[in-house]
Amino acid sequence: MTNTSLSLIQIRKLIQRQNLFDQLVLVALLMAAFSSIVVTGGILWILISESVSFFSQVPITDFLNLNDPKWTPLFDDKNFAIITLISSTLVTTGVSVAIGIPMGTIIAIYLSEFASSQVRELVKPILELLAGVPSVVFGYFALQTVTPFMQQVILGVQIFFAPGRDEFDYYQLPGFNMLSAGIVMGISIIPLISSISEDAMRAVPKQMREGSFAVGATRLQTSFNVVLPAAISGIIASYILGISRSLGQTMIVAVAAGTQPVYTWNPLEGASTISTFIVEVAKGDIEHGSLEYNTIFVAGLALVVMTLAMNLLGHYLSKRVREVY
Amino acid sequence: MQGEELDLSAIVKDVQMRKSISIRKFWDVLFSFVALSFLILGLAILLLLIFQLFVDGRGLLFSWSFYTSFPAPNAAEAGILSAFVGSLFVICVTVLFAIPIGVAAGVYLEEYAKSSSSPAVRILTDFIEINITNLAGVPSIVYGLLGLEIFKETFKLGNSVLTAGMTLGILVLPVIVVTTREALKSVPSTLKEGSIAIGASKWQTIWDLILPASIGSILTGVIVSVSRAIGETAPLITVGALTFIAFLPPLPFSDRFAPDPQTGELVRAGQYGLFDWLFSGYTVMPIQMFDWVGRPNPEFRVNAAAAGVVLVLLTLVLNSAAIFLRIYFRRRIKW
Repeated sequence: MTNTSLSLIQIRKLIQRQNLFDQLVLVALLMAAFSSIVVTGGILWILISESVSFFSQVPITDFLNLNDPKWTPLFDDKNFAIITLISSTLVTTGVSVAIGIPMGTIIAIYLSEFASSQVRELVKPILELLAGVPSVVFGYFALQTVTPFMQQVILGVQIFFAPGRDEFDYYQLPGFNMLSAGIVMGISIIPLISSISEDAMRAVPKQMREGSFAVGATRLQTSFNVVLPAAISGIIASYILGISRSLGQTMIVAVAAGTQPVYTWNPLEGASTISTFIVEVAKGDIEHGSLEYNTIFVAGLALVVMTLAMNLLGHYLSKRVREVY
Repeated sequence: MQGEELDLSAIVKDVQMRKSISIRKFWDVLFSFVALSFLILGLAILLLLIFQLFVDGRGLLFSWSFYTSFPAPNAAEAGILSAFVGSLFVICVTVLFAIPIGVAAGVYLEEYAKSSSSPAVRILTDFIEINITNLAGVPSIVYGLLGLEIFKETFKLGNSVLTAGMTLGILVLPVIVVTTREALKSVPSTLKEGSIAIGASKWQTIWDLILPASIGSILTGVIVSVSRAIGETAPLITVGALTFIAFLPPLPFSDRFAPDPQTGELVRAGQYGLFDWLFSGYTVMPIQMFDWVGRPNPEFRVNAAAAGVVLVLLTLVLNSAAIFLRIYFRRRIKW
């Protein structure tokens, strides 16, 4: 009798101790979960506070200057027209999207609707491996393989349409150009787009496909008229992620697209993007708190704002076109 | 008379139908063909990329001195020793920093927040979830700016292994949180209920049953994030990684040498502490490669390509390991 009651007390103590321990663990876990909010807050705080001190030294009209845009923060004659960097960021992203989205989507449709499960099991890991290649290696590939190839292609196209000229009369694609960088960026986002889109398409209920087959539609018709509209929100999410990745892509453009901040919308030229500029400045020694130091944060803020705008647009679009089933 | 006409139109319709079917079937085949050629193109690019690196870097890839030398002004003598060791040290910090926080956050979100009935916790959880999704879309260079301002300038950690490791740790945190949650989700609720039924507390259940059951999938996420961290370049340039490092971070308790004040010769001046390597300067593989690619002297392209081969092989091995582990654990665990 006494034995039992003693052990009951012991058990109660044990439980109490365990409960206390559980509470402590819970607090620790909660703090860990909170860390993501701290990180987001930190990012916003540093970007905004450094930008505020930037705009206390540079008038905002200079920053948004569209008439004679120049970006020369490191020169004596300082100009801060951000459109110079934004244009090249949009051009490389545009090329990347023009390659990555069609190819990624077609591969996703093929894997989800056409391929046998063996092909799928074989191909998906390979795409994952492609996704894992470091971007600096892709940059090397863009500079050393794609650029020489595109130089030949551009020359060939010109000779085809206007033959018989002197070799130097043709436009020579420069060694650093946004086209090659954009193409390789497009290749690098294919795995991302295809795997997320494929997941979205595979989540479409089987009955919808079967209904479509039953009324005589082919696989292709079913894919485009039934599966694609049903999976559109997931597919758009993959596009958003791909575009965000391209906007923020740094090493491919830093290696292959050149480092001169030139205002141009022509992909056949080289120009520094927002992220290239940050890397170029950070490579040198910059004094904490100087105007140059503020500049890279203001450029970072511009990048984040562009990514954010992209995300909002995507959410809006995906709400507009989504088919509820 | 009328019947014949009817028959004729039926035949015409039949022929039209057949034609339309065969056209649609043709499109089907054409689409498969295009898609398959895109897939093969993707694979071919991966192979071409590796092949090109091999061909360009073959002059140094097979010489042992490339792996045992520091960077040098002369391309043929420059090696990746300090970059390779630097990558290892930085990744160590990244893993030690990101795994505990990431796994803990994943456990909280999946095991505690989901079952909570309090509306405040629900709102908080939703907020954290949206936040983590958004963090995954933030350009990596912005994490570099964060590391630069917070770790390097505010905490005065300088161009150190610690700054780099923590910056990359924050970068891979969302990946680890998301994979941890996925891993925990796949553990069946019967396991939890059985454990709770015999009197285990919530944390005991998680620590003794759920985490061991999902460790394989969590490991997959960790490997993927390590492979990502190894290849990440831009944030480390932003936090101020150097490119010309002719020394290795000091190992704990290794001998420290300093110039003798009288003779100027290097003499043993004590030992390094346990954590001195954290505050050492460093460079990492992708930055070394970036530096070599950017040199005007084309001889350095050979070094860049050779470093690229090592980098690609490392990430390929890590990613294959992750894929293999995922398949292995999916097959092995039968609930």
